[in-house]
Amino acid sequence: MWVYEKKLQYPVRVSKCDPRMAKFLLEQYGGADGELAAALRYLNQRYTIPDKVVGLLNDIGTEEFAHLEMIATMIYKLTKDATVEQLEAAGLGANYAQRDHAMFYVNADGVPWTAAYIQAKGDPLADLYEDIAAEEKARATYQWLIDMTDDVDLQDGLKFLREREVVHAMRFKEAVEIIKADREAKKVF
Amino acid sequence: MSEKQLDANYYAKLLELQQLDFALLELNLYLDTHPNDMQAVTQFNQLAQKRQQCAYHFEHQYGPLMNYGHSYSKFPWQWSEAPWPWQV
Repeated sequence: MWVYEKKLQYPVRVSKCDPRMAKFLLEQYGGADGELAAALRYLNQRYTIPDKVVGLLNDIGTEEFAHLEMIATMIYKLTKDATVEQLEAAGLGANYAQRDHAMFYVNADGVPWTAAYIQAKGDPLADLYEDIAAEEKARATYQWLIDMTDDVDLQDGLKFLREREVVHAMRFKEAVEIIKADREAKKVF
Repeated sequence: MSEKQLDANYYAKLLELQQLDFALLELNLYLDTHPNDMQAVTQFNQLAQKRQQCAYHFEHQYGPLMNYGHSYSKFPWQWSEAPWPWQV
């Protein structure tokens, strides 16, 4: 069960209409290592991971939905006042032809999100290593997005999200150690 | 219901809540992998109480923060009123 909170996890501000950046941000909306993929990856792995780390997957998976909403807010604010000409010039002409100003779960190239982006191996270490890799890849993309804009307000939100990837990766690494220690303890017993 | 006025106070109070919630979320994830850190549990519980008060005052002034019965509503029904988070 989930309950909605009518607020963003962190304030999202942009200083200008910028559909070019909005298109790039789609990578973190509907891309392979984006926030949707992250949320669905972790929440799905919960059912077969050892009890000791279910809570972590549950809570990080939930936080990813808050990040998805932050990315959506950035894209919304960057494009809401854009004219058709501006959207076209930014490479969002095809999106406009399909859905006006509406967003969709596509990556920066416009490729629709697919479940093939995520995995569930049923092996706790394999799953956690995938999660760590996903966080590191998302962190790298956030850095590149930050480098691609001079909008300090947008950068502020992106830096928050980049730092969350770092923390999540760290927590997942700790979860790996918890699983390993648990296995050792069982062997000794 | 008249349009809610989103003054500087709204943004300040919202930020206060976001800051408390961030500390709680961070402690939550930390405790997920460090369940025996008593100091962190104590801090978590203290902040949870502070958060409850902060949310109570915010909701009294600016309307419900949560759906499905986790927040109270004045009449008429306040939940479905704008602004939504991406609009502020």
